[in-house]
Amino acid sequence: MLLDYSSSFHYVLALLPELVLTIWGMGVLLAGVSRKQGHGPGQETGWLALAGLALAAVANGWLYFGVSEDGAAAMIAVDRFRLFANWVFILGAGFSIVISLPYVARQRLQAGEYYSLILFAAVGMMFMAAARDLMIIFLGLELMSIGVYALAGFNRRDRRSAEAGLKYFLLGAFASGFLLFGIALLYGATGGTNVHAVAASIADGSAAGALLMPGVALLAIGFAFKVAAVPFHMWTPDVYEGAPTPVTAFMAAAVKTAAFVAFLRVFLVGLEGLHAEWSTILWWISAVTMVAGNVVALVQSSVKRMLAYSSIAHGGYLLVALVAANDTATSGMLFYLLVYTIMTIGAFAVVVTVGNQSEANARIEDYGGFGWRKPVLGVFMTVLLLSLAGFPGTAGFIAKYHLLLGAAESSLWVLAVILVLTTVVSYWYYLRVAWYMWMKEAPEGADSADPAITPFATHLVLVVSVAVILLAGVFPGAALDLAAGSLEGLRGLAAEAGAAAGH
Amino acid sequence: MYGDWILHALIWLPLAGTVHVLVSSAERAKNVAFRWSAFVFVLSLGLWWAYEPGDGGFALESSASWIEAWGVGYSLGIDGISVFMVLLTTFTSAIAILGSFEYVRTRRKAFYALMLLLEMGVVGFFLATDIFLFYVFFELTLVPMYFIVGIWGGERRIYAAVKFFLYTAVGSLLMLVAILYVYFASGTGSFGYDAFVNAGLSLREQLWLFAAFALAFGIKVPVFPLHTWLPDAHVEAPTPGSVILASVLLKMGTYGFLRFLLPFFPDAARHPVVVAVMLALGVIGIIYAAWVAAVQPDAKKLVAYTSVAHMGFVVIGVFALTLNGLQGGMVVMISHGISTGALFLLLGMMYERRHTRLIGDFGGIGRAAPWFATAFVITALASIGLPGTSGFVGEFLALLGTFETHMVVAAIAATGVIFAAYYMLPMVQRVLFNELDRPENRTFADLSRREMAILGPLVALMIWIGVHPTPFLERMEPSVQAVLERVEDARADAGHTLGGED
Repeated sequence: MLLDYSSSFHYVLALLPELVLTIWGMGVLLAGVSRKQGHGPGQETGWLALAGLALAAVANGWLYFGVSEDGAAAMIAVDRFRLFANWVFILGAGFSIVISLPYVARQRLQAGEYYSLILFAAVGMMFMAAARDLMIIFLGLELMSIGVYALAGFNRRDRRSAEAGLKYFLLGAFASGFLLFGIALLYGATGGTNVHAVAASIADGSAAGALLMPGVALLAIGFAFKVAAVPFHMWTPDVYEGAPTPVTAFMAAAVKTAAFVAFLRVFLVGLEGLHAEWSTILWWISAVTMVAGNVVALVQSSVKRMLAYSSIAHGGYLLVALVAANDTATSGMLFYLLVYTIMTIGAFAVVVTVGNQSEANARIEDYGGFGWRKPVLGVFMTVLLLSLAGFPGTAGFIAKYHLLLGAAESSLWVLAVILVLTTVVSYWYYLRVAWYMWMKEAPEGADSADPAITPFATHLVLVVSVAVILLAGVFPGAALDLAAGSLEGLRGLAAEAGAAAGH
Repeated sequence: MYGDWILHALIWLPLAGTVHVLVSSAERAKNVAFRWSAFVFVLSLGLWWAYEPGDGGFALESSASWIEAWGVGYSLGIDGISVFMVLLTTFTSAIAILGSFEYVRTRRKAFYALMLLLEMGVVGFFLATDIFLFYVFFELTLVPMYFIVGIWGGERRIYAAVKFFLYTAVGSLLMLVAILYVYFASGTGSFGYDAFVNAGLSLREQLWLFAAFALAFGIKVPVFPLHTWLPDAHVEAPTPGSVILASVLLKMGTYGFLRFLLPFFPDAARHPVVVAVMLALGVIGIIYAAWVAAVQPDAKKLVAYTSVAHMGFVVIGVFALTLNGLQGGMVVMISHGISTGALFLLLGMMYERRHTRLIGDFGGIGRAAPWFATAFVITALASIGLPGTSGFVGEFLALLGTFETHMVVAAIAATGVIFAAYYMLPMVQRVLFNELDRPENRTFADLSRREMAILGPLVALMIWIGVHPTPFLERMEPSVQAVLERVEDARADAGHTLGGED
C-alpha cells in the first residue's frame, strides 16, 4: 500500500515497528515487576522480550515488502534504508538478549528492567534510522542513549559497571549537547530541521554561511562521539570494559550501527552539498581512528578491552565509506554494519561464556589452550576473529572489501592504503587470541574455571552467527543485493529534493 | 569429460578430505588424509596428458559467475606454467602427509585437516584465472600454515607463525589495493584475467602497481631482503610444514611473477631500473644466502637459506626476460620443490631418530644407514645442481638465459653454484661420513619401507628431470613464450601505451 501522510493514521502505520516494540517493552517491564522475587532466573522475561522483537520484525517486514511512500519528504522515512537498518537493530537487540539470558540469571539482575531497557533502546535506534528530521534524530538518540546509560551501569554490585554507567552518561550528555547545538546552528543557517529542507537550502545557496559550517562541525563532533571516533573515543574502552558483557556487545554492535545510520543520512542527504568541506575533516578523523584504534588494541591484555578498541578501529573503516560518499561505499557501509553486528555479538558471546557468565576470565591468558578444551567454541571464536580481521572466506572480508571498493571508486587511495595497513596491525591482536586458544598451554586451574556447559541460547547465537558469517563470506551475492537495494529512497529523495530546489 | 571436472575436483576434493578427517577418529586420521591426498594426486596426473601445449593460453577453462555485483567469477584454467605447479602441489602434499605419520603425534585430526585445507588453498591459487578468486586463495593458504607452524612447531613456533602471517599479509593487502586500482582502470567491471592484462595502464601507473604486486610476491618468494621470515618459519615448522612451505608456498611467489606481474605490467617489468633492481636482488639473494647457509650449525636452518639462494636463481631467470631464463626459472621452481622438500624430509627423519638437528651431533651415519645416506647424497647433489640432476637443468638454463642479456649478472650468479657446493658438501660430509664416533649414531636406523616409499619417487624425479627434461620443457614452452611475447609486444607499442589515455 502507498502511505499518504495527510492521514495521521498512516503515520501510525509508518511507525508500526517502533510502536509495537514500545508497547511490548512496557509489557515486559510489567511482567518483570509482577514476578515474585526469587522465582527462577527470569529467563522467561527474556524470551518475552524476544517475542516482542519478533513481532517488530514482522511489522518491519510488512513495511519492507508491502508498503511504499509517495516520496514526500515527511519526518518519518519509510524507505529501504531505514528498514534495512531496522533489521540490523532487531538482530543486534535479539542476539544481545539471547546472550544475556544466562548472564542476567547468573548475576541476579532485574530481568524486567534489563530487557525492557534493551527494547526501548532499540526503539530509539529505529527512530534514528527513520528520522528525516534532525529533531526526531535527536529524540531517537536520547531515547537510545538513556536506555544504554542505565544498562551500562546496570550491575550495581560491580564498581566498574557503575563507573561505566556514570562515565558514559557524562560524556554522552556532552555529545548530545554538541549535537543539539549543531542542530540549532544548522536550523539558524537553513531555516529547517528536515534534512531535505536543509539540503535544498544548501543547494540553492540560501543557507547563511557564518552559522552553517560551525553547525556542521558541531554535528560531526556529536556523531563522532557516538560512533567513538578518535579523538572523541576516550569513553569507549572504560565503558565497554566496565559494562556487563552482553551490554557491551549491544553497545559495540547496535548502538554504533544506529549512530552511523543517522550520521549517514544527515551527512549524505542533508549536507550532501557540503561534501567537499566535511569530507576533509572526516578524512582525518577516519585515518586517525583507524591508526589509533588498531595500535592501542595491540597492547590490551583484556579481551573485552581489546574488542573495545577494535570496535573503534571498525568505526574508522566505516568512516572511510562516509568520506567516499558514493553508492558503492554507502551500500558497503550498510553491509558492513550488518556483518559487523553479527560478528561482534558472536565474539562477545564467547567472551561471556569464557567469563563464566560474569566478568571473570577476561584476560587473554585465560584463553590459553581454550580451543583444545572446548573445540567447538574455539573454532567458532577463531572464525569470528578471522572475520573481524577481514580475512577471505568470511563475511568480514567481503564487507571490508566492499568499503575498499567504495574508497577506490572515489580514488581515496591513501585512505585505502591506511585501511589495509591498519588491517595488518589488527591481524596481530586478533591472531593473538587465536594463538592463546590453540598454541599456548592452559593457565593454572583453568579446568575448574572453565564454563561447565555452554547454555543452549549462547550456542544458538554462535551457530547462527558463524553460519551467516561463512555463508555470506562465500556466497555474498544475496546480502550484497540487499544492501545495494537499501539505498533506494535515500539518494532518490535527495535527488528529487535537489531538483526541486534547483527549479 | 576428464577436462570438464578435474580442475574443480582438485580444489574441492581436499576440502571433502578435510571434513572426512574431522569426522574420523584420531587414529585413522592419518590414513584417511593420506588416501585423500593420494587420490587427488592420482587424479591430477591426468593433467599431464590432458593439457595440450598449444598457443600457450589457458586450457580446460571453465567459468561461472560468483559475485555478480562486482564482476567476480569462479574461473579456472590451466596452462603450461600452472600445470606443473598443480602437479607439484598434489604430489608434495601426498608426500608430506605420508612423511608426517611419525613426526606428528599430537592433535592428529586437526593437523591432517589443516594439511588438506592447505592443499585446497594452494591448488586453488594455481588454478584461478579470476583475480579476486586468486586473491582469496592466496590469503586462504595463510591460515592453515599459521596453525601448522604455531601448534606443531618447535620452541619459537608462535613467533615464527605470526611473523610468517604478518609478512605475507602486508604484501597481499597492499596488492589488494593495487588490484582494485587495475579493476577500475580497466573499466570493464570484471576481475577476469584478460581484463587485467588489457587494462591499458600508463608506465607511471604500472610502476606503482608493479611495486605493490612485486612486494606481495617478493615476500612470498622470498626475495632478499624480504626473506627474514623464511628461516624462522622453516626451522620452527614441523617437517611436513617445512616441506609444503619450501616445495609449494614459495612457488606461489615466483608463479605470481610469471602469471600476474609480468603480463599485467609489461612496461614496468622491462623498465631498465626495475630489471636492474630485481636482478641485483636475485644475485644478492643467491650469494648472501649461500654465505649465511655455510655457517649454520642447524641443518634445517642451512637448508632454509638454500631456499633463498635457489629462489634467487628463479628471480634472475625471470627478470632476464629471455625464453631460456624463464624456462630455467620454471625448472628451478620444480627442481627446488622436489629436492628441498626431500631434504626437509630427510632432516625430519634425522630429527625423529636423534631429536637434534645440529650438524655436529651426527657423523658417520652413512655406515649405519646406507640407504638413508644414498638418498641424502643424491638429494644434496640435486640441490647443488650437479649435471644429471634436476637442479642442473634449471640453474643452467636460468644462467644461460641471463647470460644472453646480462652477462655480468650471470657471471656473478654462477659463483652461487660453487657456493652451493661449499655449504652443502661439508654438511653431507659431517653428517654422513667422518668418524662414527658417537654411540647413539651407531644405532641410527636405516630407512623404513614407508620412508623409502616417500623418498623413492622424489629421487626418481630429480634424476628424470636431470637426464630427460624435454617433456617438461616442451610442455611449458608455449606458455612461457606467451608471457615473454606479452612483455615484448608491450615494448613494440610502448609509444602508444606511454602516450595512452591516462
